[in-house]
Amino acid sequence: MNLNDVKEFLARYDGPEMNIMEVCGSHTAAIAKYGIPGLLSPKIHLISGPGCPVCVTPSAYVDRLIDLALTPHMCVVTFGDLMRVPGSGKSLSIVKGEGARVEMVYSPADVFEMAEKEPETTFVFAAVGFETTAPVYALVLDQIVRNDIKNVKLLTALKTMPAVIDHLCANGAPIQGYIAPGHVSVVTGSNVFAPLAEKYSIPFGVSGFKGAEMLIAICGIVKAYGCGKVMNFYPSVVTAEGNTAAQQMVSRYFEPAEAAWRGMGMIPGSGLILREEFSEFDMGSRDLAEDVKINKGCCCDRVLMGKLRPYECPLFGRVCTPLNPQGACMVSTEGSCFSYFANKRRD
Amino acid sequence: MCVALPGKVVKLEKDIALVDFNGNLVKARSGFVDVKPGDHVLVHAGCILQKVSESENDEMAEIMKELGAF
Ligand code: SF4
Repeated sequence: MNLNDVKEFLARYDGPEMNIMEVCGSHTAAIAKYGIPGLLSPKIHLISGPGCPVCVTPSAYVDRLIDLALTPHMCVVTFGDLMRVPGSGKSLSIVKGEGARVEMVYSPADVFEMAEKEPETTFVFAAVGFETTAPVYALVLDQIVRNDIKNVKLLTALKTMPAVIDHLCANGAPIQGYIAPGHVSVVTGSNVFAPLAEKYSIPFGVSGFKGAEMLIAICGIVKAYGCGKVMNFYPSVVTAEGNTAAQQMVSRYFEPAEAAWRGMGMIPGSGLILREEFSEFDMGSRDLAEDVKINKGCCCDRVLMGKLRPYECPLFGRVCTPLNPQGACMVSTEGSCFSYFANKRRD
Repeated sequence: MCVALPGKVVKLEKDIALVDFNGNLVKARSGFVDVKPGDHVLVHAGCILQKVSESENDEMAEIMKELGAF
């Protein structure tokens, strides 16, 4: 097969109808960028999943960050995506405008530079992300512990993929195949999805983020309809076992825990929290499960589970837009609602 | 947020690598991967997550062959 054969296969496919979920928000953004839905037969549907870490962070977590940012001698540090996410009321960017101390960083090294310059300030790193980013926070912790740094702490809302996919499958998400998250798999290895593929007899295809890579992965998933197997279509960086050094660093500092997913509630084993022995570096992450909908009509929960397309939400594009987001899925550029709105998607 | 970008290591000092992304030089921690100058790597949030395999094209060709037979 060459790429043209793949395109032809996908355009002419006339087998059983298939809903394929791309779990990862970066895939959602890439699918829109490359216009992939327009290349698929009407029998293949792509559905966005819960893989935007910002979109699934509960409002209580954002509220806690806001409280910290408003506390004297405290500074909240974030990778940026989180700035505009509403808590139960305001967002970090709003309180920053009102004088709260919030800084965006591009790498953890920036935080240590700031912490050294201002020893009297406590820098709280908003540690949000999936398995891809967890090793970065583990390295931060490692540096804190090794160098006995007293003024850098973490507030964590880390999530892991297998348990949430299990939750979707067990709760009737209408999905017949998964595009497995590429950069999560770099760390975890593709094998991490094997038990789910077998349990639900659903194919998983690990994919890269270029248009051709995604088409090849979708083709493989469609061909494997009904088969519980994992296929690695991103072999340049993904192996079956993943990056074991990164995995070890993560488990040195973190342990699996029940986690709160915005709109979806508590999911056992779907998060990471700091191990008890490192709790002095934690700013109270363990009890931030509460989730308040800012707009009762927001359907993020059903969108995240693949049960509703973003444009089927009654608020989509009317009350809820990227400039005035009513739910977290409309905030992040990787959120399903944002992507559908910005790209005028109606598939 | 899980976006990771491929670049090329141009210099290494202890565990800090200088990585070239299309002419932009950026520092990245090499904590989890043994790298040397000249290696192609995948960087996420200031951290090298993996080396990019040099036989990428062969591996994709093999995948396409398997897809055709499937
Ligand atoms: S369109 Fe807005 S209100 Fe509706 S589900 Fe998406 S984020 Fe929530």
